[in-house]
Amino acid sequence: MWYWLHRFSSPAYFYRFAGKAIPWLAAITGLLLLAGLYGGLVLAPADYQQGDSYRIIFIHVPSAWMSLFIYMVMATAGGIGLIWHIKLAEVIAASSAPIGASFTFIALATGSLWGKPMWGTWWVWDARLTSELILLFLYFGVIALQSAGEDKRTASRASAILALVGVINIPIIHFSVEWWNTLHQGATVSKMDAPSIHTSMLVPLLIMAVACKFYYATSLLMRARAELLDREHNSHWIRDALKNHE
Amino acid sequence: MRYFSLSKAFMAILSRDLLLALRRRSEVVNPLLFFVIVVTLFPLAISPSQAVLQTLAPGIIWVAALLSTLLSLERMFRSDFEDGSLEQLLLSPCPPTVVVLAKVLAHWLVSGLPLLLIAPLLGVFLALPTAAIPTLLFTLALGTPVLSLVGAIGVALTVGLRRGGALLSLLVLPLYLPVLIFAANAVAASADGLAVTGQLYFLGGLLLLSCSLAPLAAAAALKISIH
Amino acid sequence: MLRTIDLGCERGDRILFSGLNLQLNAGEILQIHGANGCGKTTLLRTLCGLTRPATGKIFWQDLDIRDDESTFSEDVIHIGHHDGIKHELSAAENLHFALALSATTPEFDVTQALAHFGLTAQTHLPAYVLSAGQRRRVALSRLLLNNARLWVLDEPFTALDKDSIGVMEDMLHQHASKGGCVVITSHHSIPLAPDIHRELQLGT
Repeated sequence: MWYWLHRFSSPAYFYRFAGKAIPWLAAITGLLLLAGLYGGLVLAPADYQQGDSYRIIFIHVPSAWMSLFIYMVMATAGGIGLIWHIKLAEVIAASSAPIGASFTFIALATGSLWGKPMWGTWWVWDARLTSELILLFLYFGVIALQSAGEDKRTASRASAILALVGVINIPIIHFSVEWWNTLHQGATVSKMDAPSIHTSMLVPLLIMAVACKFYYATSLLMRARAELLDREHNSHWIRDALKNHE
Repeated sequence: MRYFSLSKAFMAILSRDLLLALRRRSEVVNPLLFFVIVVTLFPLAISPSQAVLQTLAPGIIWVAALLSTLLSLERMFRSDFEDGSLEQLLLSPCPPTVVVLAKVLAHWLVSGLPLLLIAPLLGVFLALPTAAIPTLLFTLALGTPVLSLVGAIGVALTVGLRRGGALLSLLVLPLYLPVLIFAANAVAASADGLAVTGQLYFLGGLLLLSCSLAPLAAAAALKISIH
Repeated sequence: MLRTIDLGCERGDRILFSGLNLQLNAGEILQIHGANGCGKTTLLRTLCGLTRPATGKIFWQDLDIRDDESTFSEDVIHIGHHDGIKHELSAAENLHFALALSATTPEFDVTQALAHFGLTAQTHLPAYVLSAGQRRRVALSRLLLNNARLWVLDEPFTALDKDSIGVMEDMLHQHASKGGCVVITSHHSIPLAPDIHRELQLGT
């Protein structure tokens, strides 16, 4: 197990492994996306209250889940890089940040689009949307710190600390926002607390969630490869890898 | 003979930072003036009506306190970083968490405490009911140390960067939100005559949490920045 | 006393040096030579534990300096490019602060240390009125207020006048004769007995 982990965390091995895995992951992502979207947009029935506009949840909800999930992955990878000085973990953390920020942005944008038919306005200070917006700010902080330093490894270590501080803060921020929201708006009908979601909606939703996970894996490996090439551009394994490529 | 006294080192750093603040008074006074001026902007921009100001007052005072703290944060490590004193501090036998704690305390005494002293005046400016003034002071007393502590992490992370200033606000402001929410709300609630013990307990909890964790994070960040 | 194994340092993605094995015994002075930008300063900062090496380990009295930070930090003193002098404080205040942070009771006190470098008249002047050379001398006075056995000095002779250079050279000799170690960079050739003077050429 340790041997395997050690081998896997060597940049050269990871680079080759990722190169082989990407086409497979991309194919699975494509298939799941097709299945999920077909199930969600065609097979699932229209909602008796919201009509077809509810269908945006097939994008919105998985994106919101991913936004938090990727933050956790990023902070964990950052922490591992910080403690054990593993280059690959730093690369994973650095590559995760923009993907996570994109999912957060999608969750916000779709939430706002959904708000128009639901509440008649593009933006409401709903607790979930607000938390999501703050999460986006936290991502921006990590990305900005990542790109500010001249030395990439130092920048990685600094942004790992920030991500870990963020992890401690996310529950506090979430709780504060929830509390603030109930105080100011009374009991708003929360969008996701549908009393019971019908199986024909639940299945495509879960498929979409898995599709997003696979998309993340695909895009993470692609970004991580590029990041590795950038960071290690004068190490010998890259020369070997590129030679084999020709 | 080898001995090292933590409390002696802590007091030395604290008194040195206070002495430095005394000798660079303008750096200390400017954020305070900024605090006052930002607050006076609001009646001019919105309305001098007592009713309007009264509802906005807690939020305005707290947002201004946040921004003014942000202005003074860099002072905590920036000049020490630039003239090499920070290296000396980190190379000394004094543990970096103690260095951070001493500098945070100095920062709070110089920029948090004056906010507390001047806030009642601003409360009067903004027609805050007298009953809410003690709560305002309580929230500032519990909240501004959290701002200094969490801010220390942000400064420690950005002190090695040339354009650290704007980045600092991006990093730190989202982390300040829980303090802002609970503190401003407590003041508003007490203006309405409601109980605020819950909010104050929460702020106290945040203070304890940041007291125990922020120095660790800031010390780790300083070691990275000094790289 | 000081030993490095396979030490390597990078700046950005540039490898400055690698595979450096050093051994410095008590009473020896190691002078590091090399062109600008070859990593002298980085090596010094790495040796005193400020910069993390890319590869390799550093041992002080057979203990890894990463494992035993507190003992090592009592034994090392570093004077770098920046003096670490607060301009708003007087020379004496600066040194009193340095003294409060050191772990030992040295044989010199602040007044004596300043006098040693001929700064008696400047004792109570704020550091911003001092010249660069005088500030350098205040910084170097810290060496007298500390019983650290390892001195890590980055270009200590910069901006010093002839007399102060002599004072500094004497201090190096004395430190070595008391069994201390010095790692130093300097473009100035230091007159030292060959049996204690070790040299290292970086970047060849």
